[in-house]
Amino acid sequence: MFSYCADPDTLSGLTWLSCYLTTGKHMSFYLSFGVVLLLLAITAPAALMFGFGGAAAARSRVWPVNWLGRGYIAIVRGVPDIAFFLFFVIALDQGFEWMRHQVLCPDWDQPIRQGNDFIVCAQAKLPQGNAAQWLHEVYGFFLAVLTFAIVFGAFAANVLFGAMRAVPRAQLETAEAYGMSRRQTFWRILVPQMWVYALPGLSNLWMVLIKATPLLFLLGVEDIVYWARELGGTANPRFTQYPHGDWRMWYFLALLVFYLGFTKVSEVVLERLMQKLTHGQATTGGEAQRKAAA
Amino acid sequence: MSCWQTIQDYGLRSLGIGERLLPRQDFTLCEQVTLIGSGLLWNIYFGALALLAGFFLATALAVGKGARNRAVRRGSEWFIFLFRGSPLFIQFFFAYFAFLSLKQLSPVFDAFTSAWLGALIVLFFNTAAYSGEIFYGALRSIPKGDVEAADAYGFSGWPRFRRIIWPTMLRLAWPAYTNEAIFLFHATTLVFFTGFPAWQQRGDALYYANYFADKTFNPFVPYPILAGYFILLTLVLLALFGLINRRLNRHLPQEARRPLKFRMNLIR
Repeated sequence: MFSYCADPDTLSGLTWLSCYLTTGKHMSFYLSFGVVLLLLAITAPAALMFGFGGAAAARSRVWPVNWLGRGYIAIVRGVPDIAFFLFFVIALDQGFEWMRHQVLCPDWDQPIRQGNDFIVCAQAKLPQGNAAQWLHEVYGFFLAVLTFAIVFGAFAANVLFGAMRAVPRAQLETAEAYGMSRRQTFWRILVPQMWVYALPGLSNLWMVLIKATPLLFLLGVEDIVYWARELGGTANPRFTQYPHGDWRMWYFLALLVFYLGFTKVSEVVLERLMQKLTHGQATTGGEAQRKAAA
Repeated sequence: MSCWQTIQDYGLRSLGIGERLLPRQDFTLCEQVTLIGSGLLWNIYFGALALLAGFFLATALAVGKGARNRAVRRGSEWFIFLFRGSPLFIQFFFAYFAFLSLKQLSPVFDAFTSAWLGALIVLFFNTAAYSGEIFYGALRSIPKGDVEAADAYGFSGWPRFRRIIWPTMLRLAWPAYTNEAIFLFHATTLVFFTGFPAWQQRGDALYYANYFADKTFNPFVPYPILAGYFILLTLVLLALFGLINRRLNRHLPQEARRPLKFRMNLIR
């Protein structure tokens, strides 16, 4: 990075550290923080959509849909989420390959599960065997995002379902009295009003989502945990220009501080948002604001 | 090999009793159910001990966070923020590597690098912080009248806390605390995925489920078995906490007692 880094053996102290912290591998480490933020940016809206779908399904009067929605919400309760993460990554991968297999190779006669192997025809492989490395990585990341969205979608569905029930019943009855259909009542009355009730639960969910991001590591994505282990491990002088002892503890301390800071910032921002939303509302929070102003 | 034989061989495998080698091929359903169930012993061990020890520290933290003394208050606040604000996954990693470094300074820390003690300590601090926040919230919502009545009866200091404030705090906090307990048991599955080694392949339920999924490349058998075990564990916990809830609220009229409702709150 810097010109004086050409020969690290001669360096010491801060200059050594400045060179050490700007090696190519460390740049990948810093980039992986971006991966975490990217995951959050994609997963949060995706999970919200899954959640909205789940909550709407759980309110449906058609029983298979209703059953599906309630089942989706209920299944994540009672089972550790990490089990879901480990499960969905393989299950989704095999599911996609199986579907492509059915479509692309209709005249395949061997069984797909042979003993301990899962075998689909070559065209159905995802990504294709000869694909570039970055495609494999993007596919892995995509699976991770989908897994996160499914699991957190169920949590979000739980929150939104509760929020929908918190909307005063009189509002819906009034809508019916005006002759609105069920669909109109849902979209014009229920959905716009439920967000105020859903926000505390959703902001809680956001905090939890932040704290779940290191689980990316278990899904096989090269994330911050992967790099912290990789870079922190004892570096042998034979293989690297920057030998050092076992520094994993310090790398993980840095991650700990990163997450604490992120949580703190989120807390402050969400508090501001809540202040904004309660402004003028007929709740105790809104009342307190009015009194403080007067 | 009959299923009974399998249970004898692998029923306590997670504790190192029985057959030394794990099954390697032609996995039967019986083997998977037995081994995953055997791993569950570790989850129960971690969960039960951390919960029990965490309960007392949590009470102390809650009182500390509400204390007038600035140093005590700040200390409790920081402890709670530190453990609630960062992922448990990272805490495990950090603790493991910290213990590894300490081990080089003194052999006292040998035991801390193995899961049974090191991970237990992390879980203990973690659940103490989460429950401490719950208890603190409950402490603040104790009805003013209760405390005034206690004052009027001449209670003060420790007797007032022990007989009036503490039971009321528990009553108020119990539903949320039940969630926290369930949640803690779920969190115990993280232990063997975070550096803490499963010595001689003695792991927890998820460790074995993951072992089978890796070997058979078929996630559709071991993970549902694991899910079944955990749903069962959750139901047992709910029943236990429901009993305690009944005892805490035994003075109330029948209609006023609310049965405990399980509302999921999420990952830590």
